[in-house]
Amino acid sequence: MTMVVHIGRTALDMIQEMGRMLIFVLSSFAWLLRPPARLYQILKQLHFIGYKSTFVVVLTAAFTGMVLGLQGYYTLRKFGSEAVLGSAVALSMIRELGPVLAALMVTARAGSAMTAEIGIMRITEQIDAMDTMAINPLQYLIAPKLVAGLIGVPLLVAIFDVVGIYGGYVVGVDLLGVNPGSYWSSIESAVEWKDVYGGILKSISFGLIVSWICCYKGFYTKQSAEGLGTATTEAVVLSSVLILVWDYFLTSVLL
Amino acid sequence: MIKLVGVEKTLGGQPVLRGIDLEIPKGKLTAIIGRSGEGKSVLLKHMIGLLQPDRGEVWVDGIEISRLKGRELNEVRKRFAMLFQGAALFDSLTVFENVAFPLREKLRLKGPDVTRRVEEKLEQVGLAGMGHKFPAELSGGMKKRAGLARALVMEPEIILFDEPTTGLDPLMAKTIHDLIVAMQQKFGFTAVMVSHEIPEVFGISDWVAMLKDGKIVAMALSPDFQRIADPEIREFISVGGTVPLIGAAPRS
Repeated sequence: MTMVVHIGRTALDMIQEMGRMLIFVLSSFAWLLRPPARLYQILKQLHFIGYKSTFVVVLTAAFTGMVLGLQGYYTLRKFGSEAVLGSAVALSMIRELGPVLAALMVTARAGSAMTAEIGIMRITEQIDAMDTMAINPLQYLIAPKLVAGLIGVPLLVAIFDVVGIYGGYVVGVDLLGVNPGSYWSSIESAVEWKDVYGGILKSISFGLIVSWICCYKGFYTKQSAEGLGTATTEAVVLSSVLILVWDYFLTSVLL
Repeated sequence: MIKLVGVEKTLGGQPVLRGIDLEIPKGKLTAIIGRSGEGKSVLLKHMIGLLQPDRGEVWVDGIEISRLKGRELNEVRKRFAMLFQGAALFDSLTVFENVAFPLREKLRLKGPDVTRRVEEKLEQVGLAGMGHKFPAELSGGMKKRAGLARALVMEPEIILFDEPTTGLDPLMAKTIHDLIVAMQQKFGFTAVMVSHEIPEVFGISDWVAMLKDGKIVAMALSPDFQRIADPEIREFISVGGTVPLIGAAPRS
């Protein structure tokens, strides 16, 4: 009986938490539509999530592309198909690795920082202070971060894809001797609009997942240093897992 | 006038407020005293709608605010300001930007209007020329002053003070108390102050209310409060030295 009660209570808690998360994100978007427009805040967050993540995204993309070039070359050579290395690298990048890895890097760099920042504001009553000034924290603090995630992550993914493809080119063409013409022409013939469209769709949804989960966890941080640590860990883990789970579902629909 | 009727609140399974009935007189400084953990800050947060009661009502000048949300609650909050225990300054903004924050974000003021009003308030709290500093660079007393300047800048009708002198040395605590009294007398706002500072609290407040076991057990004008005969209240206020403990032997 105790077991059943425990399972029931856990299930109810989970449903309640999911409901609260949904209300959180919907309210934030609803506040976004109300005046005043928080353009400066959005740009500031875009700078933080997007611009400041560029270096780590470029670095990750370059090495991911290079290792893909390396692995792809030796695999394709077994079938005498080195010429299609470009399409193998580009399709992997655009469809999967670009959106997933860029979103995971943004989670690690910007997402955790968002949770910590909002969590500290919660613990030190800065969010309450905003409330007492009749300034809605969802509008001032959360909505700009959600918008920045929605815009910033797709842009970073685009950079990731381009850098990754060039990474594959450096290894495949410059180091291993694949014909540059066939590298680019295989990309041109293999990559279709629906691949790019799928990648963009994924990156937008991943951007929302990262900013949503990380803001939510920070906003409801428990009032202690331990609570803040737990919130940050939960935000990163949950965002990362959700990105991978959502990636599977989206891929199965898009293919 | 703020009026609480039968306010009850349970937090984390523990009943904190067990039926608060309290009227805060308009234009006066009312202190709420009580032991740590009695729920004084929780009570204060009910007055401004940061917490909603499980049962009971909170009235602000004829408006029942405990069930208000969104825009309606914000309308009521425009009349309030609150000085938090840790000052709750936005740590990514300078002192000037902190004080200017409600002017810029709420009133949408810009340029010289903001500068004039912010500098005036900073001067009134003794922080003239400190506007460029970040909260992390300030001492505890300076943070409280900056918080007070931010509370005053919107010229609210009601200011709530949540233990404004916690963590300060006695001299700085007195300075903050004097500042609060001076500002209250100058601007005539209604002030509600949660405090542990006994006996100082009797010297600065018009009214004193005591919270015990989740209820207001006594409320009186400050001089009258010190004459209350109830032994539990006398014991509490005597700790601060106002009333000598009967039979207490001096330390050898």
